Order: sequence, then C-alpha cells, then structure tokens
Amino acid sequence: MGTLTIGVFSSLIGSMNLDFAVKLSEAAADKGHNVNLWLSGNATILAQKGQKEFLDYSYLIEKIKSLQEKGVQVGACEACSEGRGIHAGDVIEDITFIGMDWYVAKAAKSDRVLHIGVE
Amino acid sequence: MSNKILFVVQRPPYKSENPKLAITHAMSCYTADMHIDEEVEPTLAYVGDGVLNCIKDQKAEEIYGIVSTDQHLKIQLTGDMKILVCKEDMERLGIQEERLVDGRDLGADMDLNVVTFEEILKEMDEGCDHLMFF
Repeated sequence: MGTLTIGVFSSLIGSMNLDFAVKLSEAAADKGHNVNLWLSGNATILAQKGQKEFLDYSYLIEKIKSLQEKGVQVGACEACSEGRGIHAGDVIEDITFIGMDWYVAKAAKSDRVLHIGVE
Repeated sequence: MSNKILFVVQRPPYKSENPKLAITHAMSCYTADMHIDEEVEPTLAYVGDGVLNCIKDQKAEEIYGIVSTDQHLKIQLTGDMKILVCKEDMERLGIQEERLVDGRDLGADMDLNVVTFEEILKEMDEGCDHLMFF
C-alpha cells in the first residue's frame, strides 16, 4: 500500500474541491493506503469547530471525524488559520495545527501528491 | 539524497493568495527535516502571468500593507533557492531581465534564472520528485 498526500486550498463554501479531497481521502483510506490531508489557505475553514449543518452548504465535519478514525492524518496550516482568526483552540480535536513544513515533509515522503490549488 | 519539490506559480501577485503561498511553502522545505530527518529541496518556477511576481521594486507594503513578493524572493535568493522564470512569458509581457528582482543588495550570490518553457518542462519531468501548482 502507498502513501498519498493531498493538499487542498479551496474554501469549503463556494468550491467543491474540499468535498472532492475528503471523498478521495476516504476512498484511498478504505483501500488501505496511508493518507495525509493538508488544509491551507481558504481550506482551513474546514478545520474550525462549531460549523452548523445546513442543507444548502457542504458539511464535512462528520466526514473528517470518520477520516481520522480511519487513520487519515489531517493538518491545518497554522499561519493561514491564524490569519483568518482561527486559533488553536478553535480547531477540531486531533487536527494537527502546524506549519507548512508538515505538508512538504509529508509530500516528500509520499508515493503520490495531489495538490489542489485555488481555482 | 534530498527530496525535490517544484512549486510552479502561474498567477500574478496579490490578486490571489496562491503566489504568496507558493513562496511560503517553498521556504518551509528548509525546516521539513524536523518531521522526516531528510532534506527537502525546493525550486520555484514562475510561468504565465506568474512571472509578474518577479518584477523588482513592488510597492505592496505601501499600497496593501503587506510584505512585497519581491522582498520574499530577494530573501530566498540569499538562501540560494533555485528560482526559474519563463523567458517566453516575460517576452509576452514585455518584461526585460533588468526589471527582475535581484538579491545582490542583501548579499545573494544567486540570481533568478530566466529559462525557456522547455527547460521548465524538463524540470517538471526530470528535476523533481513532486510538483505543486499554485
């Protein structure tokens, strides 16, 4: 089995990229691969606690918890989060709140990297 | 042997977060060994409208109140980061080499490398282990 690192930079609302990244992470984890998911830029909103579920907006909190149970490591960019007013105490439990070196290190040691930038 | 990541920047500065994130992610390669006990070597490549990031004397501090991209690039040059700029896209936008950032005033030994798109493609194909588009 391989290691896949996915970096995603799009917002939860207004783009389907995060939905795709989370689904792909789940599919890869279900196949037994090691998966790292990096949330940077506007994607850091996904790491924030207290999101409310509405039928008209993507809601991925339960999916994130499920991914973590499957062993997916989720990291959120500390600088990108802090710049948006999301502080360590605001972040969902077990999401690694860390610098970009975490992502590039995971990427460097991965068999495949999927880097999904902002549209 | 180090791991090589190529960061390709295709957007102009300031209108999106991407170009700045490319630089900060590239910079972070220098501390990646805290996580994996191996070095990660970054290369930045500017293509398309991304070459506009490389023009010197940007006034972002005055106008936007943020650090100018050219300041970031100067600092990376002092750290010997390899930075490629697409020659054809510079020509398309009428940018002469003398308008590009250099870090000589900060003591940099390296300059930006103006190269053909073919050379950037070769870097993508053979010169890196992983590729990230910003």
